[in-house]
Amino acid sequence: MKRAPLERTLFLILLGALAAATGCSSAGSSSTTTTGGGTGSTTSNVQAITVNTGPTAAPPVNSPYINGAFTSVTVCAPGSTTNCQTIDGILVDTGSSGLRILSSAMGALSLPQQTASNGSPVVECLPFVDGITWGPVQTADMTIAGETAKSLPIQVIGSSSFSTIPAACTSFGAPEDDLADLGANGILGVGSFAQDCGGGCTESGAANPGLYYACPSTGCEVTTESLSNQVSNPIILFPTDNNGVIIELPSVTGAETSVSGSMIFGIGTRSNNALGGATVYALDPDLGNFTTTFNGVTYSDEGFIDSGSNALYFDSNTMNIAPCTDFTFWYCPTSTLSLSATNQAFSGGASGMVNFTVGNADTLTANLNDGAANGLAGPNPGTFDWGLPFFFGRNVYTSIEGQNTPAGTGPYVAY
Amino acid sequence: MNLRAVRGLFALLLLPIPALASLGGDVTTVQADQAKMQGSLRSTSNHSYILHEIQTSTGVAVKEYVSTSGKVFAVTWQGRFHPDLRQLLGTYFDEYAQAEQAQRAQRRDHGPLVIQHAGMVVQISGHMRAFLGRAYVPQMLPAGVRAEDIR
Repeated sequence: MKRAPLERTLFLILLGALAAATGCSSAGSSSTTTTGGGTGSTTSNVQAITVNTGPTAAPPVNSPYINGAFTSVTVCAPGSTTNCQTIDGILVDTGSSGLRILSSAMGALSLPQQTASNGSPVVECLPFVDGITWGPVQTADMTIAGETAKSLPIQVIGSSSFSTIPAACTSFGAPEDDLADLGANGILGVGSFAQDCGGGCTESGAANPGLYYACPSTGCEVTTESLSNQVSNPIILFPTDNNGVIIELPSVTGAETSVSGSMIFGIGTRSNNALGGATVYALDPDLGNFTTTFNGVTYSDEGFIDSGSNALYFDSNTMNIAPCTDFTFWYCPTSTLSLSATNQAFSGGASGMVNFTVGNADTLTANLNDGAANGLAGPNPGTFDWGLPFFFGRNVYTSIEGQNTPAGTGPYVAY
Repeated sequence: MNLRAVRGLFALLLLPIPALASLGGDVTTVQADQAKMQGSLRSTSNHSYILHEIQTSTGVAVKEYVSTSGKVFAVTWQGRFHPDLRQLLGTYFDEYAQAEQAQRAQRRDHGPLVIQHAGMVVQISGHMRAFLGRAYVPQMLPAGVRAEDIR
């Protein structure tokens, strides 16, 4: 990208004027909210998703996202059908589990606060790779595509009621607690884990990783959190279609303004979510990874598919693909490269080659109006991260740990 | 010297106290920090460095590379959670935290973290419940030790 600041500013002003003149913006790119009703009229298990520049493209952030799959969710106070908000600009993330919404996107909706055994509010520090989210755990009925997860523990990010972040939490990374830092109004984690933390957070003492805090007015202390109280993958609380999700996106050539696809709930539970000819790759139940081999290097239990990563991130090792000079986190080869890697199930077994391209990121992201870019890739010494470009032109199944499917019990991915 | 060839010749010594030192710090910080992490420690050595392998109480595998002059020149970690990076990166933590925020201001997306400063490299990747990272000080790498050797 690297548009000159003045040119970029003028472009954004023009874009803003255009949006104002037409009185609308593309799906998922604004934080419009509605109150009342809000459960939607559809009873299907299919939710529209859009890869576009997202809610940060608009003022006041004015910084378009690239390769984010956005959707909307409706959250209601438990048991209510009127005390609700529909929130768009929610990032669909198969690399995490649980619903997290910015406090600033919640509008007037107030949800019941989860409390610890001592009566204090429970607040979560959730570590991502590139930072942490901090905020209270609250309970909501979440509805999407006619599917409802009742009494779902969610994280409300950036609440002014809990503005002091414990030092032990920022020891995991810097906060991503507002729209500018998060890049979305929220994150819908529909990954292979049932909860965001798992057994570790139920332990007391030094074995507890310190994700959940009880926060009386005197200050926050790490607390134990049962699995059922943890921020959970909403899918497991659906009455049906609760064993996983399919992300379907069309092929993308180079950079495009926006592409539309579907998120389909359930695997093999209806006629529209059968595995068909997809190959099933078992995941390590502890880490959620499989094995990827690229250019002679095997990333054993260090490969994964993650819609929440916006590019393919891997080490080009002896190929020495040049990083961009300005955006060092992306690759900038002089011409588009056609490459391949092999994925293999965690325990051995299923194996298959994946062809992919690596384009010049400066070229792919030059037009700030483009929200989707196939070929976007970047360096990553430790793992093989199949980010959103992997999903272009594929139907990608993510099954949830412990849930039964026609292809066996999760976790696995299939495509 | 071929490090891979001598790896099988590592001397193994078991130390009684779990410990965690800081990047760039002296090996003596091992003792100062010992109370922080409650886990098991295993140390091996070759001609270029001593490798402390620590399994923290939360199941994170931490490796600390200590030069023959007693300085921690690299650290790596792998596990379901991050270790305490403020402690592990020591005096480099603030530089890391500022770089993390600066990079976020530059990009509007989510992906692995690659901070490549002249005096400090920090790389973190993975996803929820599966993190992997390494940090090293390029100037402190002992002769014959390459960045690729730090895994």
